[in-house]
Amino acid sequence: MSVKIKHYPGEEVETKDFREGKVLFESFRPKAKYAWSAGIAISRFLEELKNGRIIATTCSKCGRIMVPPRIYCEKCFKPTDGWTYVKDTGVINTFSVSFIAADASRLKEPIVVAIINLDGASEGMGIVHRIEEYGDWREIKIGMRVKAVWKPPEERTGAITDIKYFKLVKE
Amino acid sequence: MFGKKRVAIVGAGVTLFRRNLKETGKELSFHAAKMALEQAGMELRDIQSVVMGTAPDAFDGVHMKGEYLADGAGAYHKPYTRVFVGGGTGVFAPLAGWWHVASGKFDTCLVVCEEKMSSCYPHPQYAFTTIFDPILERPIGMNLIWIFALEMNRYMHKHNIKKEDIALVSVKNKRNALDNPIAQLAANITVEDVLNSEIMAWPVQRLDVSPTSDGAAAAVLVSEDIAKEVTDNPVWIDGVGWCIDSTYWTDRDLYYPDYVEYAARMAYKMAGIKNPPKEIDVAEPYDPFDYKELHHMEGLLLCKKGEAPKLTREGVTQRDGDLPTCPSGGLLGCGNPIAAAGMMKVCEIFWQLRGEAGKRQVPGDPRTGVAQAWGDLMQYGSVIVLRR
Ligand SMILES: [Zn+2]
Repeated sequence: MSVKIKHYPGEEVETKDFREGKVLFESFRPKAKYAWSAGIAISRFLEELKNGRIIATTCSKCGRIMVPPRIYCEKCFKPTDGWTYVKDTGVINTFSVSFIAADASRLKEPIVVAIINLDGASEGMGIVHRIEEYGDWREIKIGMRVKAVWKPPEERTGAITDIKYFKLVKE
Repeated sequence: MFGKKRVAIVGAGVTLFRRNLKETGKELSFHAAKMALEQAGMELRDIQSVVMGTAPDAFDGVHMKGEYLADGAGAYHKPYTRVFVGGGTGVFAPLAGWWHVASGKFDTCLVVCEEKMSSCYPHPQYAFTTIFDPILERPIGMNLIWIFALEMNRYMHKHNIKKEDIALVSVKNKRNALDNPIAQLAANITVEDVLNSEIMAWPVQRLDVSPTSDGAAAAVLVSEDIAKEVTDNPVWIDGVGWCIDSTYWTDRDLYYPDYVEYAARMAYKMAGIKNPPKEIDVAEPYDPFDYKELHHMEGLLLCKKGEAPKLTREGVTQRDGDLPTCPSGGLLGCGNPIAAAGMMKVCEIFWQLRGEAGKRQVPGDPRTGVAQAWGDLMQYGSVIVLRR
């Protein structure tokens, strides 16, 4: 974008030009599948979710109670040295009300997602999860208190979705 | 001086930015690289090394796309490196070019950045779902726009910022883009247009967001001796900085980008800048969303925390203000072909400092400019300080 440049290359096409055969193209759908090991720390975390509890790791050097748990403290760069339960209640650190799905298509009903700072964890530490039972989304505020709503024990699989969502709770 | 050689930019090039371009990524890379060489008055045989910046392979659906793009970037039979730090890539690539030359290993380096997002269907946004943690985050149904919305909401909450003030950034940048011949979404819009646009993920609305795009941008970096041979007006890379924050993004306070501040401090220290708002004449902070320009102005220490909306409201960041910000039109106005968008900002500062920006030229004979990009999981900052 200099006055010395008179022409900028690029031929614009519209998506419909592909559909209408005005542009030649080739398409491909990848078929790769993945199975991830949950790892040392998160496997324990998921096991505890099955029991209806949220577990954190602790670092004796910086004193942090960390959730999600990890086997090393990334700040002190040493192994964490303890496990401790935190509560399934907490505070909304920030939230969003999404009217679009992951592929950018429109949703009929919005999804509310939040970062939840869990009670018992170090200040500002938490997890991302959904919020439901909120009434009017315009009434949701940062700082509101929430509590986990769990799947019944027999339906839990050791997944983050063993917590169905968090709901707003009165102070 | 840092390194063995002082490094200058002596030529830059850029293609159109559009939602969908007919050219392949290789072809776009060729056009931008060729233009940068022509502007520098140089030939490919003068180039000793090549750096390519390009973002996730998932957009193109071509794994190891650094290799795929190499010929288009002029890398045939040359030392070649592809760098990738998410959205931060577009400013990180010239930083990598800088160390190629500053180390004394090469006298010249061609830096090319490319992105072709239109290949991914139904929408390139979906390719971003695989950046999230597979165990804890993807089962929640994570969506790229959410992380911006979460960050924007936290920023607004912490400083009590109104959406009206944030919308002013979108209005300014889309208007600045009217004077940019490559721009995809140049427009005269109002704050009301932004506030009335479709809600994507509250508080993010359609006109708060830059589009997905195809495009390429490039620059020629040379050592001081070569710079003196090929041009009377080199632009010097006087400061470089980069930094990453923790991937545990649910454990950080998203209201402020510390990592951008650390990158900026690194670059300013190298450039001898003690008072950024006074010493920087023109800035191109990364603006994929309107609030991000404000967030990044603060991270770049161009104002105090929470003060960027006020400066914007007062017109300080307009092209004729005291601190012109995104005079190019930014990503909001020009489009956002990820790596090429960051590199376009570096090219814009280059042209602004050379007085070649035409209708976009900021007044006052600018001498020092800063460009910045941001990426990964809200955790990466790359900063470059240019001087004439
Ligand atoms: Zn520690």
